Amino acid sequence: MSTATFRIWRGDAQGGEFREYPAEVSEGMVVLDALLQIQARHANDLACRWNCKAGKCGSCSAEVNGIPRLMCMTRLSQIPLDQPVTIEPLKAFPVVRDLATDLSWNYRVKKKIKPFKPRPPDAADGTWRMAQEDVDRVQEFRKCIECFLCQDVCHVLREHHQHEKFIGPRFLVYTAALEMHPLDTEDRLPELKQAHGVGLCNITKCCTKVCPEDITITDNAIIPLKERVVDEFYDPLGWLAKQARNALKR
Amino acid sequence: MPDYETVEHDVLIIGSGGAGLRAAIEASAAGVSVGMVSKCLLGKAHTVMAEGGIAAALANVDDRDNWKVHFADTMRGGQYVNNWRMAELHAKEAPDRVRELEAWGAVFDRTPDGRILQRNFGGHKYPRLAHVGDRTGLELIRTLQDRGVHRGIDVHMEVCVIELLQDGGRVIGAFGYDRERGKFRIFHAKAVVLATGGVGKAYKITSNSWDCTGDGHALAYHAGAALIDMEYLQFHPTGMVWPPSVCGMLVTEGVRGEGGILTNKDGKRFMFDHIPDNYKAQTADNEEEGWRYTQGDKKARRPPDLLTRDHIARCIVREIKEGRGSPHGGVFLDISWIKQRISNAEEHIRRKLPSMYHQFKQLGDVDITREAMEVGPTTHYIMGGVKVDADTEMSTMPGLFAAGECAAGINGANRLGGNSLSDIIVFGKRAGEFAAKFAKGNKAGQINAAQVEEAAQRALEPFSRNVTAGAGFEGPYQVQFDLQEMMQNLVGIVRREDEILRALDGLQRLNARAQRVGVTGHRQFNPGWHTALDLRSLLTVSEAIARAALERKESRGAQFRDDFPNKDTALGRESVVIRKGANGSMQVNREPLPEMPEHLKQVIDEMK
Repeated sequence: MSTATFRIWRGDAQGGEFREYPAEVSEGMVVLDALLQIQARHANDLACRWNCKAGKCGSCSAEVNGIPRLMCMTRLSQIPLDQPVTIEPLKAFPVVRDLATDLSWNYRVKKKIKPFKPRPPDAADGTWRMAQEDVDRVQEFRKCIECFLCQDVCHVLREHHQHEKFIGPRFLVYTAALEMHPLDTEDRLPELKQAHGVGLCNITKCCTKVCPEDITITDNAIIPLKERVVDEFYDPLGWLAKQARNALKR
Repeated sequence: MPDYETVEHDVLIIGSGGAGLRAAIEASAAGVSVGMVSKCLLGKAHTVMAEGGIAAALANVDDRDNWKVHFADTMRGGQYVNNWRMAELHAKEAPDRVRELEAWGAVFDRTPDGRILQRNFGGHKYPRLAHVGDRTGLELIRTLQDRGVHRGIDVHMEVCVIELLQDGGRVIGAFGYDRERGKFRIFHAKAVVLATGGVGKAYKITSNSWDCTGDGHALAYHAGAALIDMEYLQFHPTGMVWPPSVCGMLVTEGVRGEGGILTNKDGKRFMFDHIPDNYKAQTADNEEEGWRYTQGDKKARRPPDLLTRDHIARCIVREIKEGRGSPHGGVFLDISWIKQRISNAEEHIRRKLPSMYHQFKQLGDVDITREAMEVGPTTHYIMGGVKVDADTEMSTMPGLFAAGECAAGINGANRLGGNSLSDIIVFGKRAGEFAAKFAKGNKAGQINAAQVEEAAQRALEPFSRNVTAGAGFEGPYQVQFDLQEMMQNLVGIVRREDEILRALDGLQRLNARAQRVGVTGHRQFNPGWHTALDLRSLLTVSEAIARAALERKESRGAQFRDDFPNKDTALGRESVVIRKGANGSMQVNREPLPEMPEHLKQVIDEMK
């Protein structure tokens, strides 16, 4: 059994440092295995979040050698072990302790997005009819496990700290899932344009690259939302048509 | 008493999985103030891992299905020791609870005519599981979470409860600490709902998350409530066995529902050799018929690969023991073979079982569209738990309710796949409804400062033990590992009196070690400290499992006694009840099961 060295960031909101720990490496191990081994043997109080260790809950997000990843789905065989493996907390959020960051901003943002509002049921028994083809794209967005890796890698949040003006890729995907839900009747375009800042995304697709669920965040969610906002607010023909519709309603 | 932060709620819910969220939504809808304590971040609870689906007799795929068939299937699967009233309510109310999820935004897979699609699962006579690929739990928890956050529920994230507070035999709140800052918090409530899930972390090989440490079971027990059925612990037949790092990770029964087959090293489908008598009439006796069943042929009977979990787990253990296992100590589960039957098999597998495809590819270097998986049993679910009233979910203590995996009754001696997601929404709703009602009818109780102080002192003791000084103290992790190893070896799938007695001896020693566990560092987000505090729950539920398993001198459902391999009719009319005795030791009793009314007996007879 070989050993590898892990360079783990230890500290809190006041600051911290990297510390090196050894871990025994066995077949099939993932980064989280190494971390839990170090926690049990060398650093009982090493703070990190994890739950399912199966890539389903999205709790063990961290930066492994500088790349945002789920530690439970990152095999040691995928990374070079001849040099220390660096593990750091997510950069887009304030550190609580060691690898645990304060993610509460994400929960506050979600609360601000208007909830699902279905059309009246299609059948007398209170149920709806939807074709599989019509729910496919929403199901893609609903695969999201809220690991917030996309939020972490997004430079609007990570480097420019625009947390007050931009809801980030995760919540654009969430909005898209609601907006494209075949039953939904709510209109979220005005806030998408203003408070939620869809225009701040400049389509670098970093979020899509780190998504552990392979959601095509930029192409399938964000760009269509941008198009809807453009159609609603900037399309002169659309604007005229809307005025005419409103006039007729009056 | 130091000035601990105190929060007031009418109803306090402990646990943020499906049962807790559904209870919170219902209590909030009843107009009371609701607080929910979550050991982890919201949306990360173990419900998120449920894969195959939610069992509900919607009859969208097979119109012969109805609540009576679901009821009879659940009772048969539970070996008729289920609480009949819970099984009845569950079968009747599950369809409404599923349709309600759709009204709240859940997007299930669809039938060709646009309704909720249902799939086959073990022990269910007809295709009954509403599902979203193999990530149904995620869909359920996210739908409830998103519904809940708009209803004014106060969520206390990353808070762990260590004691239920009492006033004159009634539960009036809870005491815990927040993981992030390490500070204590008092929750003062008129009613408390336990929805803390399972106990899998008492075992080495488990499909459960780190937080499934049996907190609700232990809190209820230490408060004086009764636990029942603790001997019934489900080992899911198909967990990953290789590589070691993922050993125990769940492989959904949906694989077999979609046509996957179990084979041994000789390529033989061994399940055909062992069909129990009470399932013979409804089980295919040849491979061809089994395949037709998985493809929706209503005239075909289900293949033996879809028998109940307790039975399949034992058959797999036998294959391995008798030398017919796979290279890494499991058996084979093969879905790739369906390419012999359907044209676009690879795409079909990736579409119906995306998480399984990804999990094996990423973690096991196995492409399930091309080769067989290696699988073996993994500790999955406890049927036993807090004894509750079937209609209201109130425990034997006033003001204390329980729902979901930490409550007992609905599943009897063995749970059918898909019945847990329906259980948590059916009984989560009821617990929320009746807890709110209780809160409206009762004044807040008086907090006992001495009880709070004692719990706080107990929680802080590990900091006073210096583990580095070599003074006979040790860290918490090794104690946890040794417990898991021992329970796995001595109170596992196949049990014997001498082994259980050894486990009880071992538990005494582990309890003594737990009293001498020390932690390093400070109180802020300190996993060592949290692990030390979780030991109390783990040791309590382990003892309850061992004592109940010892008491039941028969084999029934998930309880298999090598020394008593048959059913005992008299024991089949009793539950094993665990209570904390006046001297603090664990008391084991047997109590008669409630008598099933005639009309339900008839339903069971009709479905035989």
